[in-house]
Amino acid sequence: MSGLTKKIVALAGMSAFVAGNAVAADLTVVSWGGAYTKSQVEAYHKPWMAQSGHSIISEDYGGGIAEIKAQVESGNVTWDVVDVELSDAIRACDEGLLEEIDHSTLPAAPDGTPAVDDFLPGTLHDCAVANIVWSSVYVYDSSKVRNWNAPKTMGDFFNTDAYPGKRGMRKSPKVTMEFALIADGVPVSEVYDVLGTEEGIERAFAKLDTIKDDVIWWEAGAQPPQLLADGEVIFTTAWNGRVFNAVAAEDQSFEMVWDGQIYDLDLWVIPKGSKNVEAALDFVRFSTATEQLANQASWISYGPARASSVPLIGTYHDNAAINMADHMPTAPGNFANALQNDFEFWADNQDDLNERFNAWLAQ
Amino acid sequence: MLDGSDPFVRFKNVQKSYDGETLVVKNLNLEIEAGEFVTMLGPSGSGKTTCLMMLAGFETATHGEIELGGKPINNIPPHKRGIGMVFQNYALFPHMTVAENLTFPLKVRNMSAGDIQDKVNRALDMVQMRAFADRKPAQLSGGQQQRIALARALVFEPELVLMDEPLGALDKQLREHMQYEIKHIHENLGVTVVYVTHDQSEALTMSNRIAVFDDGVIQQLDAPVALYEKPENSFVAQFIGENNTLSGKVDSLTKGVAAVTLDSGDKVKALAVNTDAKGSRTSLSIRPERCIVSQKKTAGLSALKGRIEELIYLGDHIRCRMTVAGNNEFIVKVPNTADQLGLEIGAESYVSWQTDDCRALDFKES
Amino acid sequence: MDVSQPITAADGTPLKKKLAQAMFRSKLRATGLVVPLLAFVLASFVFPILALMWQGIHNDTFARLMPNLTEELRVWDGVSDPTEEMYALLVADLRQNRADKTIGKVASRVNQELAGTRSLFTSTARKAKKLEPPFKEALIKTKKKWGDIKVWQAMKLTNQSLTPGFYATSLDARYTVDQGFVMKEEKRQIYTKLFVRTLMISGSVMLLCLLLGYPVAYLLATLPLKYSNLLMIMVLLPFWTSLLVRTTAWIAILQSQGVVNDLLVWIGITGDESRFSLIYNMTGTIIAMTHILLPFMILPLYSVMKTIPPSYMRAARSLGATPTAAFIKVYMPQTVPGIGAGGLLVFILAIGYYITPALVGGQDGQLISNMIAYHMQKSLNWSLAAALGGLLLLGVLVLYWAYDRIIGIDNMKLG
Repeated sequence: MSGLTKKIVALAGMSAFVAGNAVAADLTVVSWGGAYTKSQVEAYHKPWMAQSGHSIISEDYGGGIAEIKAQVESGNVTWDVVDVELSDAIRACDEGLLEEIDHSTLPAAPDGTPAVDDFLPGTLHDCAVANIVWSSVYVYDSSKVRNWNAPKTMGDFFNTDAYPGKRGMRKSPKVTMEFALIADGVPVSEVYDVLGTEEGIERAFAKLDTIKDDVIWWEAGAQPPQLLADGEVIFTTAWNGRVFNAVAAEDQSFEMVWDGQIYDLDLWVIPKGSKNVEAALDFVRFSTATEQLANQASWISYGPARASSVPLIGTYHDNAAINMADHMPTAPGNFANALQNDFEFWADNQDDLNERFNAWLAQ
Repeated sequence: MLDGSDPFVRFKNVQKSYDGETLVVKNLNLEIEAGEFVTMLGPSGSGKTTCLMMLAGFETATHGEIELGGKPINNIPPHKRGIGMVFQNYALFPHMTVAENLTFPLKVRNMSAGDIQDKVNRALDMVQMRAFADRKPAQLSGGQQQRIALARALVFEPELVLMDEPLGALDKQLREHMQYEIKHIHENLGVTVVYVTHDQSEALTMSNRIAVFDDGVIQQLDAPVALYEKPENSFVAQFIGENNTLSGKVDSLTKGVAAVTLDSGDKVKALAVNTDAKGSRTSLSIRPERCIVSQKKTAGLSALKGRIEELIYLGDHIRCRMTVAGNNEFIVKVPNTADQLGLEIGAESYVSWQTDDCRALDFKES
Repeated sequence: MDVSQPITAADGTPLKKKLAQAMFRSKLRATGLVVPLLAFVLASFVFPILALMWQGIHNDTFARLMPNLTEELRVWDGVSDPTEEMYALLVADLRQNRADKTIGKVASRVNQELAGTRSLFTSTARKAKKLEPPFKEALIKTKKKWGDIKVWQAMKLTNQSLTPGFYATSLDARYTVDQGFVMKEEKRQIYTKLFVRTLMISGSVMLLCLLLGYPVAYLLATLPLKYSNLLMIMVLLPFWTSLLVRTTAWIAILQSQGVVNDLLVWIGITGDESRFSLIYNMTGTIIAMTHILLPFMILPLYSVMKTIPPSYMRAARSLGATPTAAFIKVYMPQTVPGIGAGGLLVFILAIGYYITPALVGGQDGQLISNMIAYHMQKSLNWSLAAALGGLLLLGVLVLYWAYDRIIGIDNMKLG
């Protein structure tokens, strides 16, 4: 064997050794980016890395289960833990794309209440554990002087006579159609019953028609605060945590209108075939413990998924004057007229409504 | 349109500079009569093509005036000058057939279809290319393309035709053939032709007059015979035809004859054509075919001793390279006559010539 | 010489045979050199495209995962009431899929044909273990929908592995058990509209690129070297910048509070309250795409123009044509191969564009590729994405064929 060959073999062996070790220690955690990922890094990743000795690679994505599906079906799973929406978690689990998570192994509350009882109803699933409750609301910029009264209801969002100007909305039928029905006077308790009928769908589109020419459609969560700050829109729908972040961290004077808010869950899932299942499970257990969930709430205004975390919610990490509990979607003042996203409805009707929504957009 | 006294084409004190620092054409004065075939001959970079382009209107004169038919044309755009032009690479429009190429100048002149057909046919007949009317230029040989280019430049019956090295891309045989053809067309049509080339035999074959260009200046403007027989300076002598040069110093000038001491110390007499008075350096020019090689000095002729270095048999003559007065590139053309001298390499003999055939010109380092 | 007599080599073997023998080795070597590339092209290009086309007409999810029911569904006429036996087989398959965790795939597949059936399958599968015969009653008791013939028709359709359904959907039609192909109602039609819009936008982008690129290419080809080099760098500069950066730059420039609108307001062309909508619509898509695709027009044009000697224009002018006439009649026809190549390149690239329209397109600036991306990434209906992609590919091939017929592909000059 020549000297050069020896060197190459040695080098290859070494790199394989290094790489092998690195894979074992690196957990790839995938989330939605921006202020949200930041809150997770601060509240979950850093303490877990310090405690476990593993390291975490944080990646951003735009939601959906396409990437998970591609990884699982190709047998090359590089994501270990993913933050997904509820309907996606259910769907991916049904398709066998996710590892099951045994709820009994989740940490109990400080007072000893088992996890299954401590988690809010509907936040634990076969393959997924919720960490936060987030909400879709609409928001305006109170610093921009306009000759109208501050909007109060979902109806105001659709009232172009009283509030002329562009509006930002997420380019998705989900939430958008519910907002339309709420604005059209459907009580939140009946929204999905109405939307489940042909007339209901027609009614939602009819309502959306009234503002169609004034809508700028956004797709990434970071867009709406930007649209609002740039003055591109007067109102925009947004995820409440992003808005809070713009207010608390960037000194924007955005005001949220909580009337008709639609709240949903974000959950941890582990793609089937993850190379670090044990570490991933450990991370999920660690991050969904009472303390960590409460901690996260000091970074962003998303509500913890455990009842025991709620009393522990403190102030904004950067400003002790901001009491985080008041900014949660579940705070009593905000929760008066709220709707929970019906994952089953969307799992059933997503494809169809998406198609109709896109067709409506293209008209 | 001409009033007799005015030449057809006139360059008056024309100067041209591209960069504002050097002159490509220096104070050009040239008059061309109607019906003449004038060639601008010179090495590349001598300014001949620039002059042609100024005449065509593609370059503007930096100074001076160009007149056509007695009228200044400096400010007339090329398409209004009515000058036909044949380009170096023919510039036949590749997307048009031969007939369409010929029709082009007639169409832009809004001629009637019938007239156009007539003229195109006549032009094609002139160059014997009627059968190729429907071909694309790419389907023609170089010589055929050349004829079409010629026909196109003539089809709208211009009074002046410019040709920019039109035969440069052809092989030797075809080139010679085309030279005669162009010459005949010129004679038949009586158009004025200004022709640019760097090939002296082409110039000698075709032209009424030749303007020899060098360094932006016309060195000599003359008929071919005069140019060859009576070059007025060293450049022309060397550029046109073959020439032997000997350098020396003028000792005296009497009645147009200069007594010259060569650098080798030999003394000869020469016709003083372009040389200053006594004491100045001069280059003597002698044509190889005007020299005689002999064992003895011939009476009445200037003679120098030389040594035969090389003999090349060329059939009609023998090319003899000699060392004469320190110049080892001295060529003599010895006619192939019956009384052959026994020329031998290494032999010493005399080279002699008539004093009138040895022209004392401006000094030029050879 | 007698023609029928084959010519032979010096040793008596027929010359043709001898020649073949002599050429064999060099042919073998040539083939050996080409094989790796050929294999690469096949593996990385031809095979994936064929696989894509195949996926557009073939989806065996249902037949594969419901092995008991599949045979029964195939023979079922599609209109009569499903039998108890079919229900029993359905329950058996649901149980198996529940155990294998594949019920989601089956549910998704049927849901593509009939919206609202996803949870019907997933929730029933969860309870399937406990169901007792008679299964027809039991199933209908769990979910009333199992009695609906439409659900069974949807299953029969998805049971068909080779299906024209996805291509039908791509053309805004529906393939049904009893009626064959049916056009969807007006307000649900989307893909045909998007195809037409894609062609229109691509066409406009191509024309704009030609209008803007032609003079630039002409300057590039005719300016002195030191200027043309600088200009060439400016043309190529966008190539060295990320697509996303360029697109977001356009957002900054064109948005209603952006540079252009600020300028227009400042000049007084428009009021502060009535700023122009230059982005998040078709205008924005066309502007941004034109900018991004411009080099693809300029470079082929430039490469053609560079080979046109200036003597053609001079010849035309010496023959009496005005500068304009010379340009139009002599110069432009010679640039046709460049126009064709640039146009085809820009058009084909444009119909496949999706990042830029997604970012600046708003609602009326979306192209068909955005729908393909949507079905690839969001709805996970890869078969529909494949069918849409297949149609797009077909469009490109038709275009290519038309180009070949009209201009001739040999005349294309890319550089």
